[in-house]
Amino acid sequence: MEHILSLLIWLPVMGMVAIAFIPREKEDLIRTSAAVTTGTQFLVTLLLWSAFDSQDGSMQFKEWAEWIPSFNIAYHLGVDGLSLPMVILTGMLFFIGVFVSWNIKKAVKGYFALFLLLNTGVMGVFLSLDFFLFYIFWEVMLLPMYFLIGMWGGPQREYAAIKFFLYTLFGSVLMLVGILGLYFYCGKTFDILELTRVAPEALGGILWWGMSAIKVIWVLLFIGFAIKVPVFPFHTWLPLAHVEAPTAISVLLAGILLKLGVYGIIRVNYGLMPDGVYWFSTALALLGLINVVWGGLCALAQKDLKKLVAYSSVNHMGYSLIGMAAVVAAGEAHGLNMKAAQAGLGGAVFQMFNHGTISAMLFILVGVIYERAHHREIEGFGGLATQMPIYTGITAVAFFAGLGLPGLSGFISEAMCFIGAFPVYKGIVIASTIGILLNAAYFLWAFQRIFFGELNEKYSDLPEINRMELFTVVPLLIITLFLGIYPAPYLDIISSTMDSIINHVVSFATFASM
Amino acid sequence: MNNLQSLSYYYPELLLTVVILAVIIYDLFLKSKDSGKVGWLLVFGLVAVSIAIYVQDDGITTTLFTDAIVLDPFSSFFKMVIVLATILVSIFSLYNDELNDYRKGEYFTLLGIVTFGLFLMVSSIDLVMVYLSIEIVSIMSFVLAGYLKQSTRSNEAALKYVVYGAFSSGIMLFGLSYVYGLTGSTNFFQIQQALSSSDQGASTAIIISVIMILAGFGYKVSAVPFHFWTPDVYEGSPTSITAYLSVAPKAGALAMMIRFFNQVLADGGAMAGLGGVSTTDLPWANIISLIALVTMTVGNVVAIQQDNVKRMLAYSSIAHAGYMLLAMPVMSGDGIYAIMLYVFMYLFMNLGAFFVVITIKNKTQGESFDDYKGLGWEMPLVGGVMTLFMVSLTGLPPTAGFIGKFYIFASLINGGESFYWLVVAGGLNSVISLYYYLRVVKVMYFEGERKETILFPSRVITGMLVFTAIPTLILGIYWVPVADWIENSLVFFIQTI
Repeated sequence: MEHILSLLIWLPVMGMVAIAFIPREKEDLIRTSAAVTTGTQFLVTLLLWSAFDSQDGSMQFKEWAEWIPSFNIAYHLGVDGLSLPMVILTGMLFFIGVFVSWNIKKAVKGYFALFLLLNTGVMGVFLSLDFFLFYIFWEVMLLPMYFLIGMWGGPQREYAAIKFFLYTLFGSVLMLVGILGLYFYCGKTFDILELTRVAPEALGGILWWGMSAIKVIWVLLFIGFAIKVPVFPFHTWLPLAHVEAPTAISVLLAGILLKLGVYGIIRVNYGLMPDGVYWFSTALALLGLINVVWGGLCALAQKDLKKLVAYSSVNHMGYSLIGMAAVVAAGEAHGLNMKAAQAGLGGAVFQMFNHGTISAMLFILVGVIYERAHHREIEGFGGLATQMPIYTGITAVAFFAGLGLPGLSGFISEAMCFIGAFPVYKGIVIASTIGILLNAAYFLWAFQRIFFGELNEKYSDLPEINRMELFTVVPLLIITLFLGIYPAPYLDIISSTMDSIINHVVSFATFASM
Repeated sequence: MNNLQSLSYYYPELLLTVVILAVIIYDLFLKSKDSGKVGWLLVFGLVAVSIAIYVQDDGITTTLFTDAIVLDPFSSFFKMVIVLATILVSIFSLYNDELNDYRKGEYFTLLGIVTFGLFLMVSSIDLVMVYLSIEIVSIMSFVLAGYLKQSTRSNEAALKYVVYGAFSSGIMLFGLSYVYGLTGSTNFFQIQQALSSSDQGASTAIIISVIMILAGFGYKVSAVPFHFWTPDVYEGSPTSITAYLSVAPKAGALAMMIRFFNQVLADGGAMAGLGGVSTTDLPWANIISLIALVTMTVGNVVAIQQDNVKRMLAYSSIAHAGYMLLAMPVMSGDGIYAIMLYVFMYLFMNLGAFFVVITIKNKTQGESFDDYKGLGWEMPLVGGVMTLFMVSLTGLPPTAGFIGKFYIFASLINGGESFYWLVVAGGLNSVISLYYYLRVVKVMYFEGERKETILFPSRVITGMLVFTAIPTLILGIYWVPVADWIENSLVFFIQTI
């Protein structure tokens, strides 16, 4: 158990090396190796969960090794209630992703090698506690993603791939500037735990370009993370990348990569610059509102089903942002409303996980229909309910989960975000209910157009969803149902950590230092 | 130290001279088609020279030849970098098909003499030596750029190089003569003394002369606005020479610039890690910041529009000169350290990229983006290492290029608030550069027919590509040995008068 986190990170690299030695003709062996690697990783994440002490809000399973002493860089890993669910989600979705991409024909070897490299990058970001290491993993994700979209994607794949890369790199460069600023202002350390302790005090009173350093660094890091989330107006890379990417990559992009942004904001911005939270929270809630409404409106206008699902991600991540902003409720200005803060931040983190499962499901289902009909035009279908009853049923549940129907997991996290934010941002919460309306509208309207009405003659022999596809989607469906009825297991994992984050933020609730 | 005593400290250079002479003589006994053998002689000679430098480099700091040049760990570091670059380029020259029609004796002789000139460049502390060493390097480079006698482009390159070179070194000489006239000395330390003890520090004459001297340095590192020769010369020269010009003279000129600005225009405190004190009130930090900013921006923006990979790499090397110059005005040990580290990282990734260009040209006879179509599938090794070099040149982790940029940016942030905007500008430039570096990757993997046959280049070429690729990757993950070496090399000879 001592090196369990390292094992999680480096297992995919071992798989990648193994795949590199398999001749490229043996495609099934390559696929199996990838499945074994990610499957083992998934099992290890479950093992980690079973050994995890949910009462302890601090970092567990820590690993530390000297790396570059002259720059005070260390190999430092750890997991807490914020990252553990994301780690499990990563393990699960990559495992599922292997089966979603089972039918990839082109350059199988390269595909799975890059797929596993991406896995290492994602896992590394969630587990690293050294900012330098964090940044390296953050960037390591980019190149595999570029290839996976650019090589195995749709017709506009090259443009989508480079746009994704340029946007993210732009954000990470600003992030690097912020990281270096933190390093030199806070006693030359990259250690996130050390910085969390030192930075709030050390940054106080320092000016950067005549502004408070806290504000400048907050914004630099926020832009880096916001591009990943994506927060309006940095979201334009997302629909394109989602639509062009192959199904499995869309699943991972929506299911995990978008979460990295929210995770980064909570881990870094909230941890290192807690007083900045008070300064920025209203803007955060407003951006959340814009995401909710704008994402909903755009989704409503889409003719392409995959693009609709892509915009629904923009819409859904908006709820997370609103929930995050609710942390300030625990401050003195809002009457020390700890309950609201817990609901808001917990909802935001829960929403991350739920969106991970729901959007993964939606993208897999879009992939299923695309595989059969070779197009995704919503208007091009009709009456599929009679032709593919099982598929219709599953899609119905997925769509309902997406629109936040009570009894499904999405409802709980969205409700928590709103409950938390309501005492502080009444206007914003009320306005964002428009988003919920839009949310329901675009999903139901799309569902109606695809599955009801006259059956399009072209599709009278469309085969039903097959076993492999069911295998990828049903587990996600069960999780969505289960957490919708009984969210306690999830909330147990996160609650101690959420409390410690909220207490940390509240204890530095001083505008004085800015 | 007088001339006779100096000789005992000068054995790496003496050994190099012997090697050069041996190359000339050995060439006389070879038939034209066998003349490549002299290349191996040079390579083995240079390996011996590098051992000599290693043996000598144990922290000695002294002047040699009555204060003409110095021997200090800083110069030894750059000598090592230059020898390494020359060794790699020499081996690759032997496998550059462009050169097949020509006798190679003169080629390798000239390469050896350039190396000798660069040795002088990194150790000069006297204005006369500064000028002489620049000229030695330049004149040999002119001939090498025009080595392909039958190629009009190569001839054009040589001629352009001569014209620009003569012009900028003329301006530089004029500037140097002003400095001598104003201070009465050609020795760096005496000039520094004269400038700080009189009120001439900020005089207009000094400002003008420093700007003129910058023309000479700027020409050698190909900084904007002295860069106009670069694309044409780089495109026309034999590719192995282009690779050499993009690394070794740049390193030499940067070393010289560091010495000049920190020992003549500042009190040298930077080297002691104290943060230098400017001798003069010159705004030279601002001037160099501006040059660095414009250099990287112009290099990157123009590189986007190129259709020839070699020319694109020429502009990219301009941009990299800009990144390196960024850390110059910080005037701290950090800044110099960052430049040295960057030079070392840049050596591998940039030479590697040019070696791939040579490999492709040997195969397709072309250098345009179209010649790279589908290459990633046809030649997996070449495609893979080229991707690595492009990623590293962009500065993405985990590659050497990222570490280089990281140290440059860190030194700027540590340098104070007035440099923060340079970090932002440098970062945004990396984003711009991503576009054209990835274009190579895109063409190699996303375009063209996917061929089933797999080609591998010859064994030596494969070995060389791997040899440059491994440090490019490994130094991005663990660079402590290099960092330690540079830290020990950050010792300058400082004369107190």
